[in-house]
Amino acid sequence: MGLQALFFYLFAFVAVASAFMVISAKNPVHSVLFLILVFFNAAGLFLLTGAEFLAMILLVVYIGAVAVLFLFVVMMLDIDFAELRSGVLQYAPVGILIGLIVAAELIVVIGGSVVTPQAGSAITMPIPNPAVRTNTAVLGDVLYTHYVYFFQIAGLILLVAMIGAIVLTLRHRQHIKRQDISRQVARSPETAVEVVKVKSGQGI
Amino acid sequence: MDDTFFSTYAWPALVMIGQSLLVLVCLLVFIAYILYADRKVWAAVQLRRGPNVVGPFGLFQSFADLLKFVFKEPIIPSGANKGVFLLAPLVAVTLALATWAVIPFGENWVIANINVGILYVFAISSLEVYGIIMAGWASNSKYPFLGALRSAAQMVSYEVSIGFVIVTVLLCVGSLNLSDMVFAQKDGLGTMMGLPNSFLDWHWLPLFPMFIIFFISGLAETNRPPFDLPEAESELVAGYMVEYSSAPYMMLMLGEYAAILLICSLTTILFLGGWLPPFDIWILNWVPGIVWFILKVLLIFFGYSMVKAFVPRYRYDQLMRLGWKVFLPISLAMVIITAFVLKLMGWA
Repeated sequence: MGLQALFFYLFAFVAVASAFMVISAKNPVHSVLFLILVFFNAAGLFLLTGAEFLAMILLVVYIGAVAVLFLFVVMMLDIDFAELRSGVLQYAPVGILIGLIVAAELIVVIGGSVVTPQAGSAITMPIPNPAVRTNTAVLGDVLYTHYVYFFQIAGLILLVAMIGAIVLTLRHRQHIKRQDISRQVARSPETAVEVVKVKSGQGI
Repeated sequence: MDDTFFSTYAWPALVMIGQSLLVLVCLLVFIAYILYADRKVWAAVQLRRGPNVVGPFGLFQSFADLLKFVFKEPIIPSGANKGVFLLAPLVAVTLALATWAVIPFGENWVIANINVGILYVFAISSLEVYGIIMAGWASNSKYPFLGALRSAAQMVSYEVSIGFVIVTVLLCVGSLNLSDMVFAQKDGLGTMMGLPNSFLDWHWLPLFPMFIIFFISGLAETNRPPFDLPEAESELVAGYMVEYSSAPYMMLMLGEYAAILLICSLTTILFLGGWLPPFDIWILNWVPGIVWFILKVLLIFFGYSMVKAFVPRYRYDQLMRLGWKVFLPISLAMVIITAFVLKLMGWA
């Protein structure tokens, strides 16, 4: 218990501190790097609760892919820091309001399970013994066996969103050179090379 | 009280630290000789001698390089973002070495035998791009930045096909544990045809196209030639490493080679049967598993350095085409085909 508590407080403290740094860092690239640190510590917290699959997926998806693109975009932007910081007071009330709403929701959820501990037994999907079935396999059961249609529908919605994004940004440019590998490979000496006998001093 | 503290926390922690240090030291020495081997192979293909001055046959060249790197002055460009500039090589080398915690070198020869081993390797190696992006951005200069952008796009693209290749192997194994993946290759296609246990049982044969895709994607993922666009010396001088010198540069190089070795050993575990001997004969079984493991890793690495020696560099659009239009459809199709075959034949 002692060691687990120690690591919990370590991860939690670093996560909260770097979350604070995300909004207070002067340089937006530093903000994104701190955001990555928050994700990393969140993955550590997942590991502590035994949700190893979620921890790894958080690493692969959020840090390995989403945050890379995020960092990519932020690095490319030419940002005027002074202008960026000028609106802080203007947006602060909205941010505080959202924070309060999220905090209230968290208190309701956690408070609910503290006030009525038996609420946990009412869930429709019982949690299997982790010693018998690993939580990767359990998640697979839920997603691909019990709720496969919902999962497929969610996938289709994402596909539609992806196609929409591609269609919105697709732009056919004329008159640029493109490599067509199949055409290149299909060329034969007869179509590609012309042998010409040139008389000296005349040219073609 | 003191006694239980010692037996539950202190002793396991000491054992773990000892194991990690052992693996780390062996790995670093191995990397030194892998670097030497890489240069020798490259030289041999080009009919040169390669490093041959320091020590017999130049065997101590890497250590001489190490000393030189350490004793040179690290130069930090005045326009650089100092913190991130120094953090980048640390990130690169730490992540590249952290992955080795779950690699099984032999039966039970693994520091952390975790359930989601392959996901851990995949996750950490997908983070390795940060070392490069941070280095390129913090240098505050054109070539490093271009190199960093290229590598970000390149590594993210090839991770997709690597992910699908790993999924096909997972389908065949039914576990995310790296040791289980090796055990699953004890029996396979060879024993199904009535042959004794041999190298024909390993995954490279039934999943042959994936083996090739994994090999090539591994080249791209670790920025090896012919996909070394982030550091293409003909266009970007040295890409994201332009502004680095002495020890930070050495750490970037170290991270790169540790990542290459990792991809080699991952190929060994996924497709070449890990520590299993090529034939089930007593004299080969008597050889310790780690020897087979290292031999297989060296075989794959030899392939990597030969590719470096004689394949010309891809153009950037060709690289992207290969990743997205060739490897992604093939690997996606193979995931579906493998799943169907396993289900229809009742092997899953």
